[in-house]
Amino acid sequence: MSGEEKIKKVSIIFSKGSLEAIYPGLIMANGARMQGIEVNLFFTFFGMEAITKKKMDKVKVATVGNPAMGIPTLIGGLPGMSAFATNKMKKQMDELDIPPIPEFIEMINDAGGTIYACLATVEMFKLSREDFCDELEDIITVGDFYDLSAGGQIIFT
Amino acid sequence: MEKTLAGQTVNVTEEGYLTDKSQWNKEIAVEIAKEVGIEELTSRHWEVIEFLQKDYEETGKIPTIRRVKKVGEISTKDLYELFPEGPLMKASKIAGLSKPASCV
Repeated sequence: MSGEEKIKKVSIIFSKGSLEAIYPGLIMANGARMQGIEVNLFFTFFGMEAITKKKMDKVKVATVGNPAMGIPTLIGGLPGMSAFATNKMKKQMDELDIPPIPEFIEMINDAGGTIYACLATVEMFKLSREDFCDELEDIITVGDFYDLSAGGQIIFT
Repeated sequence: MEKTLAGQTVNVTEEGYLTDKSQWNKEIAVEIAKEVGIEELTSRHWEVIEFLQKDYEETGKIPTIRRVKKVGEISTKDLYELFPEGPLMKASKIAGLSKPASCV
C-alpha cells in the first residue's frame, strides 16, 4: 500500500432515511472493521430509521427526486414504485451477501463497531431508548460525538 | 516474489499472500499466523481456516464474513476475536488463499 500513515479510526454520520443513503454508510462502516479500523456510527435525523426497531426493516429507496434512478418523477411517485425498487435493490444486495439493515447493524456491532443516536433528534422525535435496536450503545450529544471522534476521520453521508 | 516459510521456498504476493495454494501446509500457516500477530493457532482458529479452504474449493471465492457466519457457523464476534484487526484478510492469508476482494 502507500507509504502514508494508515487510518486508525473513522466516525460515520447517518442523516438520511432512504436505503440508498444508509447502505453506503453501513458498507463503509463494515469495511472499516474488516480492515482493522475502529469505527463509530452516529445516527441523526432520518438516519435514525436504520436503528429504530419499528422502522429498520422498512427503509425504502427514494424513487422521487432521485434522477440517478432513471425513473421520471411522476412515475416514481406512483403507489408501490418505491417498494418495487426497494425489493429489486435488496435482492441484488443479497446476492452480494450484503445483508438487510437489521442484520447489517447486528453484524457491524458484532464486529466491534459502536452505534450511537443523536440526542437532539431523539428529543425532537420524542423517542426513548426502548424505541431503538439492542445494538445501540448510547444516546449522545453532538459534543460527545466529536469527543469520541477525536484523532480520527469523520464521514458524513 | 519468493519467500522462505517453515524452511520452504514459497511464492507470495507483495503483501505476503501465497500465490500457489499447493505450496501451503500447516507449518507454513503457523509461520504466517505469527507474522500477522497470532502467536498460537488454536482449534478454533483451525475451524475458520478449514472452512475458508473448503468453501473456496467449492465456490472458487473467498466467503464473506456473513457467509462465514451463516454457512461456516462461526459467529462474527468469534471471528474478530480470533483474528483481530482484519479477520478475513488475516485468516485468508494464513489459509494460503488470495487477498479477499469483497467489500463485505
